[in-house]
Amino acid sequence: MAFEIGSGITIAAILGVVIVVAAMLIWVERRLLSLWQERLGPNRVGWFGLLQVVADMIKIFTKEDWIPPFADRFTFVLAPAIIMTVILLSFGVIPFAPNIGVIDSNLGVLFVLAMASLGAYSVMLAGLASDNKYALLGALRAAAQMISYEVFMGISLLGVVALAGSFNLREIVLSQAEGWYVIPQFIGFIIFLIAGIAESHRLPFDIPEAEQEICAGYHTEYSGMKFGMFFVGEYLGLVLISSLITVLFFGGWMGAAFLPPIVWFSIKAGGFIAFFILLRAAIPRPRYDQLMTYGWLFLLPVSLLNLLITGAIILSVQ
Amino acid sequence: MQAAKTEIQLDPQAETLMSRLRQDFGERVLAEQLTCDGIPTVWVDRQHIQGLLQSLKNETQPKFEMLFDITAIDERLRSNRDGQPLSEFTVVYHLMSFTGNCDIRVKVPLKDRDLSLPTIVDIWPNANWYERETWDMFGIQFDGHPNLYRIVLPPTWKGHALRKEHPARATEMEPFSLDQEAGDIEQEALKFNPEEWGMQRESENSEFMFLNLGPNHPSVHGAFRIALQLDGEILVDAVPDIGYHHRGAEKMGERQSWHTFIPYTDRIDYLGGVLNNLPYVMAVEKMAGIQVPERVKVIRIMLSEMFRICSHLLFYGTFAQDVGQLSPIFYMFVERERIFNIIESICGARMHPGWFRIGGVAQDLPNGWETRVQDILDFMPARLDEYDSMVMNNGILKRRTQGIGAYDTQTAFDWGVTGAGLRATGLEWDFRKQRPYSGYENFEFDVPIAVNGDCYDRCAVRVEEMRQSLRIIKQCLDNMPSGHYKSDHPLTTPPRKENTMQDIETLINHFLSVSWGPVIPPNEVTVAVEATKGINSYYLVSDGSTNSYRTRIRTPSFAHLQMIPTMSRGFMVPDLIAIIASIDFVMADVDR
Repeated sequence: MAFEIGSGITIAAILGVVIVVAAMLIWVERRLLSLWQERLGPNRVGWFGLLQVVADMIKIFTKEDWIPPFADRFTFVLAPAIIMTVILLSFGVIPFAPNIGVIDSNLGVLFVLAMASLGAYSVMLAGLASDNKYALLGALRAAAQMISYEVFMGISLLGVVALAGSFNLREIVLSQAEGWYVIPQFIGFIIFLIAGIAESHRLPFDIPEAEQEICAGYHTEYSGMKFGMFFVGEYLGLVLISSLITVLFFGGWMGAAFLPPIVWFSIKAGGFIAFFILLRAAIPRPRYDQLMTYGWLFLLPVSLLNLLITGAIILSVQ
Repeated sequence: MQAAKTEIQLDPQAETLMSRLRQDFGERVLAEQLTCDGIPTVWVDRQHIQGLLQSLKNETQPKFEMLFDITAIDERLRSNRDGQPLSEFTVVYHLMSFTGNCDIRVKVPLKDRDLSLPTIVDIWPNANWYERETWDMFGIQFDGHPNLYRIVLPPTWKGHALRKEHPARATEMEPFSLDQEAGDIEQEALKFNPEEWGMQRESENSEFMFLNLGPNHPSVHGAFRIALQLDGEILVDAVPDIGYHHRGAEKMGERQSWHTFIPYTDRIDYLGGVLNNLPYVMAVEKMAGIQVPERVKVIRIMLSEMFRICSHLLFYGTFAQDVGQLSPIFYMFVERERIFNIIESICGARMHPGWFRIGGVAQDLPNGWETRVQDILDFMPARLDEYDSMVMNNGILKRRTQGIGAYDTQTAFDWGVTGAGLRATGLEWDFRKQRPYSGYENFEFDVPIAVNGDCYDRCAVRVEEMRQSLRIIKQCLDNMPSGHYKSDHPLTTPPRKENTMQDIETLINHFLSVSWGPVIPPNEVTVAVEATKGINSYYLVSDGSTNSYRTRIRTPSFAHLQMIPTMSRGFMVPDLIAIIASIDFVMADVDR
């Protein structure tokens, strides 16, 4: 097969694979969680319950497409579309393999960060348009959390950008030929990991949709496929964050030659996805003011320090 | 002053107290009544009730720190009440002393056409809900009560359910239907109106948000609503609204025979299983004068402690889950399931065996029960240690629960808090130790306490209690007495069968007690136990019939929920969830 960057086949393949993977993650997550929680999980439909996703999809597509009469219709419909769109667009700059990718942009890192900022709108608009108190509380929490964690996310990346001397994600991967950035940029990696969980608001940082506190937070009023888009959007976000970690800190597609690059990429990203799921099984949820304090009083100084030291070292080496 | 039964004697401490009261209150004390539980009971007119209770709280020796219960009795159809003052409705106050380790009952006689008496909310804040419940159930007015609304029945209800003229069965009432119009009325009646509760809609700087947390919410553990007054996410005030789980258990107690009410008790604290049977059967046994064999006592304790572990495990898991830890509940369910399997092999049922009987238990222990019980003792300790490292030592969980929802021992007394919530404040007070029943005095176990009285401590106390329960079960296993699993008293239900085919007397007894049910001699009794969630007590009034004249079930969860606003003011919504989780309640135990 002839994949090349930006060709129609490549784009279609990436889009298809990413969405299918995100949907399959629903099954993967449920099976992994059950494995860690001494139970079986969905194992009835198909082999090992693999067709559970298909069954869920049939269900969610045939559900009544209900919009609450008190909601702001336009924004209510727009919100889930935003999250799907911005995350799928972000995949455009991810270099999956030397010959697989959508565009080769010189502003890759900035583009991802910009898209992540737009993602916050989806959650906030959903909460506001629902005209529901729980959704409003969820939106408030989301606004606070996502906007602050974008800051640390951005700063934590700058060390890598400085080392690679480029915002181009493809060049960042190539510059890791001698060694993965996870070693010189370990602190940056940890901060990016934490900020990544907060950005994709998964447990332990699922504060905008904390079920035990505010029902389902911003998507309380959503049902059917519109809820499905938030749901798949969350998994897409998970895939995106895992891919970004792979690209920025773990050498992207690079690996020993006995496996093709795309397989190396998948293995690394898959490992991080499993790690995120394990986190969900293991850790309780902090309160959101604790999360904010932790971010501004600990993560921000540490990430700034990391950037300063990285810069100083680069300058002194030159 | 006529004693209901001459053989009943008050203990010396109660006698001193009574003579002090006679001296201080003279003829304001209308009468004294002796009941078979030995709790001194005084009758007083309604104009003196506040003064008497005030002095019992602050001046007498011992002082009564806690208002344990307020309820009422509809006396209009009662025939056996020799020596008691004339009364159509009697309001009963039950006080508890922790320093003196004793109780007192104060009764106020009322006439049907003038059902009112002064409130005591300013003496004990927890009188609030009890007075509301008494108003709801009997139509008795408490003058000066700040919000005397219905609490358990819906606001639209007609009549007062525990009055004798109120029907007990659905078949005695018109068929229930809810058309659109009636539904709208009910819906409207449920709307929360802040002004009704003396709440402001806005402060100087901000407008408050009023949020209905419940009746259907993932963290309220059943159908329970709390109306929150929020400033951002900070809780300004809260109004708990209960009654969605009310099933009229007390009314059923008057309708069922003494024996057939036992399965209903299982469903009061539905996580406590046979632990609910215990105070009820012990109360009936006390009135009937039944002494149960030693074996019965130990079997009862063993099963009760197993249920205590099951209930605490569920609490432990949901507590972790409510602060966002997903996995522990699944591990704990595995444990709980294993214990339920053992309970099932003994009782034949899992959650609600209804297995205790008046005068014994339903069956003897099955062959080989020892190995199965040994199983629990083998697998539990290691798992409990594992949970400690998983839940109790988790940093995030500590930060979420330490210092949240804390109160001291005095506040606990004011609000009628018992059980782990009281012990977490540092008071070493366990009913099983202080007033041993069913032979707890023969067991070695410690009463775990904590010092801060916050969410974390309440959980820590319960975790340690599970270990103590295991110790008790071990002692039951090692020292199970031989003997019969039922008393040979004729009122034991169902009676022992050995002699029924031999002599006519036993046959008649057997026949009557199986067809009608046992006739319990007229008396009054309160029996309390340390249940899974606090002190659970049954106050039974027998009028010498095959069923109870009045069954009052005092449950710990009811008292604890009333305290939610006090515990949570100034905290945030996630803290409220942690507080609710740390209380450990089930709505059936609140609403009955």
